[in-house]
Amino acid sequence: MSTLVQNAPPAIEVSHIVKRYGDFEAVKGISFSVADGEIFGLLGPNGAGKSTLIRMMTTLIPLTAGTAIIAGHNVAKEANAVRRMIGVIPQALTSDPDLTVEENLSIYAKLYSVPKAERIHNITEVLKAVDLVKWRGAQVKTLSGGMRRRVEIARGLVHNPRIFFLDEPTTGLDPVSRIAVWEMLSNLRATRKLTILITTHYMDEADKLCDRLAIVDHGNLVALGTPLELKHNVPGANVVEVHFDRETPEWQARLEAMEDVTSVQAESAGYYRVLTSSGSRTTMQLVEMASSLGETITSLSVQNTTLDDVFVHYTGRQLRDEQVKPPVFTLPPRPGMQP
Amino acid sequence: MNRMFAIVEREMRKFFRSPMLMIMSLMMPILQLLIMGNAFGGKITGERVAVVDYDHGPQAVKLREAFDSIAVNIKTFSTVEYSNEVQAREDVRTGKINAAIIIPKQYSRRVYAQNRPVVGLVVDDTDQFSSGSIEAEMQSVISTLNAPVLQPRMATQIALEIVELYPYVNYLKFLLPACCAMAMYISVMIGGGMLYIDDKARGVHEGYLVTPITKLELVFGINTAAAIKAVLAGISLTVIGSLLAGLGVIFHPMADLELLALIIVTAIAFNGMMFLLMVRVEDPLTPRAMFGVLNLLLFYPSGAMYPIAAFPAWLRALSVIDPFTYCVDGFKSILLKDGGFVSIQFDLLFLFVFGIGTLLIATPLFKRTL
Repeated sequence: MSTLVQNAPPAIEVSHIVKRYGDFEAVKGISFSVADGEIFGLLGPNGAGKSTLIRMMTTLIPLTAGTAIIAGHNVAKEANAVRRMIGVIPQALTSDPDLTVEENLSIYAKLYSVPKAERIHNITEVLKAVDLVKWRGAQVKTLSGGMRRRVEIARGLVHNPRIFFLDEPTTGLDPVSRIAVWEMLSNLRATRKLTILITTHYMDEADKLCDRLAIVDHGNLVALGTPLELKHNVPGANVVEVHFDRETPEWQARLEAMEDVTSVQAESAGYYRVLTSSGSRTTMQLVEMASSLGETITSLSVQNTTLDDVFVHYTGRQLRDEQVKPPVFTLPPRPGMQP
Repeated sequence: MNRMFAIVEREMRKFFRSPMLMIMSLMMPILQLLIMGNAFGGKITGERVAVVDYDHGPQAVKLREAFDSIAVNIKTFSTVEYSNEVQAREDVRTGKINAAIIIPKQYSRRVYAQNRPVVGLVVDDTDQFSSGSIEAEMQSVISTLNAPVLQPRMATQIALEIVELYPYVNYLKFLLPACCAMAMYISVMIGGGMLYIDDKARGVHEGYLVTPITKLELVFGINTAAAIKAVLAGISLTVIGSLLAGLGVIFHPMADLELLALIIVTAIAFNGMMFLLMVRVEDPLTPRAMFGVLNLLLFYPSGAMYPIAAFPAWLRALSVIDPFTYCVDGFKSILLKDGGFVSIQFDLLFLFVFGIGTLLIATPLFKRTL
């Protein structure tokens, strides 16, 4: 998968980068580097500071402190040189719906001062790369969400950048379109020798697409490494997910006391994620324990450690907690109801 | 420079592909011209005036014949017989009739005796247009009756001879300069202000800011595009409005050049002002909320609807710095007076300086980063 250029200077080098808005510190001294030709992921929940980080690297917002060197140019001092080297795809779909695919690309090529002959050639090439050749003359508003995202990607590549920044490129796409975008980015990296930095809050996206990952939470870099390395750092090789039909207060303690178990996380009533060094042994013990107590297990599954577990390990909470947890709402007591 | 034109190209392609902006820029001023132009400024006709005749003498008959003459000729009012003054007053109050003429007893005798003859007129002065019109007609009837039967061979009284420099300007024509200015204002507001903030909110500017485009290229690209749209709106309304109002001045090449110059500097001035107001705005609701307030602040103090000479001092001060004032004055000078470049040179100068000045203030306020 990797097409990293060995011994080349890093494409991106970020050192102690800080962004402060008044008293609020959105990014707190993060440092990392991205090798030439690498696909690097910034993983974290909404509000973790990923977009702020990418905006600083792409010259959109000034740095409060630290340095960011992009393709050998200092973001703070050589902003225009950086801009010529990078392609940026923001989170929102910003192509003009009234204009055709080609017009959108052509206008951005002109903004990068790409000469006319090169412009025509580049547009054809990027449209081939994102498989939109036959939609060249179609107005963007007539395209599906997945195709519009491909137009955005083509737009970011029309001036042949060296480094490609994508801010949550698959948000809002259906699973099929997401997989298509992943494949496209992998191909683009290989064919165009691109370095890609991507932000995401999808674990599977980070796992499948990225060579290396930085986990960002509350403006801090909490972990850095390949997906495999990060998973290895989590104690326990397997995750056992068990669902009892009845919740009792003792389950947590009983599960934690089991042999091989490294941590237990209560997900919902009667539903637990158990990290263990031996999935098979823990499964057998669970079945035996439930049988001896006369309890029923409604579902049981064993899987390898995922990036979700990595995130829990490093941040103490789940990534999806922040996205799907419903707001706490308590009904007022009804008159005459027992407390 | 090419990057600036890329911004202009994008805006213009969007503009021509979606004609809604042009339609909205023109619809309100054209409707305003048609409805207000026809509703105001027309002669009052068909009013009902009660005649209470307590005299029935020959002079009273002469007076009533004069009223009948008005009823069949200029039709300002027709008369209705009333026998009772109290009832007539009450009906004026309740709106059944618009005025009442009271011809008192002994009226004819007093006329012959030249002993202070009086005719009473009761009007509903809550409606000053109607009451003023009836009063003027009555005054004219009385003046005619007061005129000596035999005119002296040599005039002994001072007469005023009025020379009108221009053909009769009806209200539709009078309103046209204001409507041209309004069309350009709406175009700048929607095609400049609102689109600028909407693009910011949609992240389009974020796309621009990651390219090597300079701040000046971006500012001038955005403003040039908005000014071109305003120029197109101004030209369209000037042509359509002139045809609707029956003004042939647009067929004179020199006047067309003057109009073009005025429209261009007005577009620069309006757009500079709008950009200055919007340069730091982020919320798309802001320009929408400002639309009506700005319209009120700029349009009415400009003298578009009522002469500036009638304004109190504070409103006159506002009209001095209002670019609408100079735009409306320029359009009036060309469309209604055909006064040549001399008559609009100060308007052109003010609008140009105002536009460049506001752009120069706005440019440093424009942020090259988010």
